[in-house]
Amino acid sequence: MENAHAVEFRGISKRFGDVLANDKVDLYVDRGMVMSLLGENGSGKTTLMNMLAGIYYPDEGEILLDGKAADIRSPKDAFEHKVGMIHQHFMLVDVFSAADNIILGLEEKGRLDKKAVSEKVRLIGRKYGFDIDPEKKIYDMSVSEKQTVEIIKVLYRGADILILDEPTAVLTPQETARLFDIIRAMRDDGKVVIIITHKLNEVMEISDVVAVMRRGKHIATVRTSETSEAELTEMMVGKKVDLDITRTRPVDPVARLTIAGLTVRDNDGIVRLDKVGFIAYGGEILGIAGIAGSGQKELLETIAGLRRAEKGSVIYSPNGRPPEELLGKTPMEIREAGVSLAFVPEDRLGMGLVGGMGMVENMMLRSWSKGKGVFVHKEEPRRLAKSVYDFLEVATPDINYPVRKLSGGNVQKVLVGREIASEPSVLMSAYAVRGLDINTSYIIYNLMAGQKAKGVAVIFVGEDLDVLLELCDRILVLCGGKVSGIVDARTTTKEELGLLMTKVGEHSMFTHFDAEAETPAVSADEEADPDWEEK
Amino acid sequence: MNTHTPLIRLAKREDMETWKIWLIRLLAFLTALVLGGLVFMAAGAEPLSAYKTIVSGALGKKTGVRQVIKLATPLLGTALALAPCFRMKFWNIGAEGQITMGAMAASYFAIHFGARWPSAALLPVMGIASVLMGAFWSGIPAVFKARWKTNETLFTLMLNYIAIGIVGWLQGGPWEGKKGSQVIPNFQSAAILPKVGGVHCGWIIVLLLVFLMFVYMNYTKHGYEIAVLGESENTARYAGMNVRRVIIRTACLSGGICGLVGFMLASGTNQMLYADIAGGVGFTAITVAWLAQLNPFAMVVIALMLGILSKGASSLQTAQGVPASVSDIMTGLLLLCLLGCEFFINYRMIFRGSHEERRGGTQTAGSMPDGNGPAGTPEGGKEAA
Repeated sequence: MENAHAVEFRGISKRFGDVLANDKVDLYVDRGMVMSLLGENGSGKTTLMNMLAGIYYPDEGEILLDGKAADIRSPKDAFEHKVGMIHQHFMLVDVFSAADNIILGLEEKGRLDKKAVSEKVRLIGRKYGFDIDPEKKIYDMSVSEKQTVEIIKVLYRGADILILDEPTAVLTPQETARLFDIIRAMRDDGKVVIIITHKLNEVMEISDVVAVMRRGKHIATVRTSETSEAELTEMMVGKKVDLDITRTRPVDPVARLTIAGLTVRDNDGIVRLDKVGFIAYGGEILGIAGIAGSGQKELLETIAGLRRAEKGSVIYSPNGRPPEELLGKTPMEIREAGVSLAFVPEDRLGMGLVGGMGMVENMMLRSWSKGKGVFVHKEEPRRLAKSVYDFLEVATPDINYPVRKLSGGNVQKVLVGREIASEPSVLMSAYAVRGLDINTSYIIYNLMAGQKAKGVAVIFVGEDLDVLLELCDRILVLCGGKVSGIVDARTTTKEELGLLMTKVGEHSMFTHFDAEAETPAVSADEEADPDWEEK
Repeated sequence: MNTHTPLIRLAKREDMETWKIWLIRLLAFLTALVLGGLVFMAAGAEPLSAYKTIVSGALGKKTGVRQVIKLATPLLGTALALAPCFRMKFWNIGAEGQITMGAMAASYFAIHFGARWPSAALLPVMGIASVLMGAFWSGIPAVFKARWKTNETLFTLMLNYIAIGIVGWLQGGPWEGKKGSQVIPNFQSAAILPKVGGVHCGWIIVLLLVFLMFVYMNYTKHGYEIAVLGESENTARYAGMNVRRVIIRTACLSGGICGLVGFMLASGTNQMLYADIAGGVGFTAITVAWLAQLNPFAMVVIALMLGILSKGASSLQTAQGVPASVSDIMTGLLLLCLLGCEFFINYRMIFRGSHEERRGGTQTAGSMPDGNGPAGTPEGGKEAA
């Protein structure tokens, strides 16, 4: 074959259980190209790349590298074929230095020469514009630095086909810009870079070609210069979607939660929140932005009574009742008072829902202790489950079907639906749309906006700055457990948010603590497609 | 087709039809019987007649049936005790010790007041004492787990040996009957459980417990707390549950029932106390609980099955000279096959070039279950289909 493609997938199919994750995918990339693999969660893009990286093996079809059939059965095989993948969850040993991590698992002949390794790492760094200190320990690194180590690890092994799985998910806008410069440098060096993503603006900015996947199928590959965000969205979702959030001006906002001097330490005694103070108003959406692990989780958990505060106060001022201090109350008392937490944790089912139970029993998590006697009362939860099922169109065969077996979007609907149904006066949500497709995400955003219109004080912890800017009235930025700024979402910019996110980051070690990187390495392939792999 | 495909691949299964699941379990049961037959052959017995001897030895005569019930009762009781703990993912493997301590507490009253108190007063006191002592014995690791997150598996296991040691000491010391006999004397008749249908009435208590435990686990607030806590501690806290209290309460309940089983073993089955009174019941009951998948009614069947096996094996020893310990081998084989078959219920094997593999590519995305395909939403599903 003349003019062979650098990577070519031919008729690749992969099945998990009854779900066809990849359905006869034909796709190719040429050398010196940056390709974005665009698709919603669960569209099969990570699965496809995992097959190129040797983590999965295709059920059907073949992968060609430079025109030759390649049999990639393990990540090691992949490296021999010069394919390297940078996973969403970093696989680094915390107590090792960058250089140690980079050579980990490499079997080179002769004695280990750490100096030479460091030199080679620096060389790679200079070539592509990385800023790296090979001797620095991983636990001292920021998320972006850790990512750099992962990329160098792959380059060190001689990869010239690089796959990056959602590389910007954990980066600030400034770090993203730096990463994109590096990607361009690698492209100019003749490497193939494939970026798995669902962020349209980044697709437009960085890639030369875009391959769109939907429900396991390759829909089309187009040149970035010849397409538009609207067209890509339509390909990705399969129909025209209305990506508008109705943002109204807050109507006579009243102070609902007044938080002052809130200081929280974790179990290891490390300060997670440092004198945090702000006011959340009814009828307003207060966004909370920050690098992963800046204290967002701790803040919400403390307000909800799940975490003990060392100092400070959380004053709750309900309508028609005198203000009360929430600190020191039990989670149940706080919820009864009307402060609700729809917390969607990293593993989605870790808190708030019980995976093995159906919708009814999950609704019961709020009401199980109510009613007289030793027996549980299922009538009310059943009614609630029915109404959430109807109202949010939850796709489940039965309201008693284990929620673990539902897709991510439906799990989220169950959780958020339950919290909204309790008619809270403060609704807190964290990562409410993590892993959701665009449509469902917008349903959730508009649900939040609807709550705000009803006078609820909504506190919304989000990851996507574009969405925060579009949805919220004000945005509070956390950095290293401190409030580094509260800005008006209507007038601020992404760049300003990015600066605030890293404001005090340079000298505070735990700012760089990244909860996700702490998960063990094996989680990578499980995390890849949460929609159909429950265990 | 790529010739380098691995020979066997595993794929996770979605829901399987109920009849298929039971067919697989039946096949596993038969496999265990066949493997057991090989063991009999190795021991010099003809498999078919050996099985016949086991069944007729256990169920052929009234005495056999009574013996089976006598063996199954403590197994069932202990398995019921373990069920809430296991549902909560509190790995109580200290039933052996909790039984022993319960038996000891009951025996204290039997030995010291057996000659003076009437049966109607003595037996309830013995029962209550055994429950409290068993609960205390499992409460220790529970408190440590709840407060300091110690490992309950090791903790409960170690307490077994302490319990057995304590009774061993009593047996040779303070409670010794005739000097130098190393034996605690038999109970007075007032301290012995009355018989119903030829077996001590413990079996009725245990059958009552089956029902109570089923209701407790499935319909009460406590049962709900246990189920939620077993899935996720964070969720339990979020739902406002007092995690420490639930852990301690459930462990104490479990230990209490184990203690009651100890009372039955001392007062009903053996009519005396000795160090090895639990005799492995606490461990075999783990098997029963798992095989029954924590369902109390299934536990009845499993406990009876193991009872039959155990009684039948001793008949087999008398009749054909096969060591009675083959029943332990059979129990192990049953456990292996029945738990092993769950793997085939949860996973599917795809062989290279098989029909299944070729079918894989021809199915379309439209055949996905309940619209929860990769797109994740019902809207997306309908659209693409």
